[in-house]
Amino acid sequence: MLRKKIDIWPYLLIAPALIIILAMVFVPAFNAILMSFQSYDLRRPSEIGFVGLSNYGEVLQDSLFWESLLRTVIWVVFGVGFQFVFGFALALLLNKKFKGRGIARSVSLIPWVTPGVLIGLMWRWIYDGSYGVLNDILLKLGLIQDKIPFLAQESTAFPSVIVTIIWQGVPFFALMLLAGLQGVPGELYEAADIDGANAFQKLFKVTIPSLKNTIFVTTLLRIIWVSNSVDVIFNMTGGGPAYSTQTLSVYIFNKATSLNLGYSSTMSILLTLLLLLVAVPYLKNMFKSQGA
Amino acid sequence: MKRDKNVLIRVFALYLPLAILLIFLLFPFYWTFVTSIKPDKELYGSVVTYWPLNTTFESYRKLFFEFNFLQPMYNSFLVAMITMLLSLAVSVLAAYAFSRYRFKGRKIFMMLFLTNNMFPTVLLLIPLYSIMRNIGMLYTPMSLVLSYTTFTIPFSVWLLNGYLNDLPLSLEEAAMVDGANKAQAFTRIIFPVLVPCLVATGVYIFMTSWNEYTFAVMFTNEANRTIPVALKNLIGQLGVQWDLLTAGGIITIIPVCIMFFFAQKRLVEGLTAGAVKG
Repeated sequence: MLRKKIDIWPYLLIAPALIIILAMVFVPAFNAILMSFQSYDLRRPSEIGFVGLSNYGEVLQDSLFWESLLRTVIWVVFGVGFQFVFGFALALLLNKKFKGRGIARSVSLIPWVTPGVLIGLMWRWIYDGSYGVLNDILLKLGLIQDKIPFLAQESTAFPSVIVTIIWQGVPFFALMLLAGLQGVPGELYEAADIDGANAFQKLFKVTIPSLKNTIFVTTLLRIIWVSNSVDVIFNMTGGGPAYSTQTLSVYIFNKATSLNLGYSSTMSILLTLLLLLVAVPYLKNMFKSQGA
Repeated sequence: MKRDKNVLIRVFALYLPLAILLIFLLFPFYWTFVTSIKPDKELYGSVVTYWPLNTTFESYRKLFFEFNFLQPMYNSFLVAMITMLLSLAVSVLAAYAFSRYRFKGRKIFMMLFLTNNMFPTVLLLIPLYSIMRNIGMLYTPMSLVLSYTTFTIPFSVWLLNGYLNDLPLSLEEAAMVDGANKAQAFTRIIFPVLVPCLVATGVYIFMTSWNEYTFAVMFTNEANRTIPVALKNLIGQLGVQWDLLTAGGIITIIPVCIMFFFAQKRLVEGLTAGAVKG
């Protein structure tokens, strides 16, 4: 019996990408784990050293950590939830035939290609308490009597940044769902018509079940991205006022920029573990569709 | 009568909601542009004007001549370009291996690539910062390029693998029957067909590198800061100069929008293929 020779080509082909990824992702991730067991504050270099689990103990007793975590959950639920609702609506509309559909499809994606920093700053200007256009519009419509400093007061700041993240994510949902809609066989609708289904029945009995997989994958992806998003909030409010817009990612980023690397590593590892819970079903699905 | 009713339905079921959604999505860009061409007096006046009474391009002039915006544009271009070339080169090889070979450990290696997208930026940011500092690479364009490959390579491998899976094996088999080896089959047959997909993937990589902020703000200094950091830095001690900032914003998104529109069709096909098929 001849043993089949092992083909080294595939290994050579994946080697360059693999080396970069191992060096740039897995080594740092491992370092992050190590750092989380150390007192690692670059402003106090003399105190750098292993401290066991004390960072974890400190984090778990940090009320800001728990508040930021809760805020991340609200941020994801409302952010991704409304991205889905509006994205789905947009996809349904863009799936109809009308003049200028191609252009409408293209331009509706622009928020998706816009840098997060710019999104944060653009909306900060729209929300501005003195010269902001949103205040002007609401005043003209008679919806408010006095200008609202949207981002400067605790009660309005968080809902305002959530609106911005919704705005950013609508196009991606629309894009994915539109592709899904185009794959729904027309016969299904014809059959529904024959059975006398109305528009709502068609939506809930035909469209949504056919898009189940697209909705699932897109939502999981968005949950991960939105939880990790730093740039939008950071450039709108920096997490303030009084931490009212500080999600966990922003908290970690703030701690990292103040160079307390041990503490922020600890929090980022906890965040990663939480996101893995979301990621596992996504990865399973990915494997199925890639035929691996 | 019937016709009128149909028109009415079409307005309420299509045009009106579509218009509302598009206004919501596009108004911020309109507002950014209008702000960038307003003189200070109108910008910070008591009346908000929806089209400037006097237009001025002063902010664009200032941006380039007083704030040297060309420098961050060049830095961003450099970083995005190198990231793109590096990521494409290594990803197309890996994707080809995953798509065309069945080898031991394939699943595990694919898993290694796919799980990458799950790591939060902030998790890698901190250790990468200290690694870059230790090897003396902090504050160089290369530190950004390498950091960006952490998300561009896994993504490109996934995208290109999808494109390659859609190309029939018979293409290469025909070439190999004609006496070409696997490498020749790839360079002569597969590569030319794959070019539009490489362009689309490249555009996506360029876009994400061009737009990235979190790594850029920690890994750059005065000399090599990229556009997103430069934009943020326009906010000085005197508060925000909104005319400058919005002018910078408009200049930032124009190149990516143009690239995106050209690559859009392929990119959308590639992005959605995995999710829709599965």
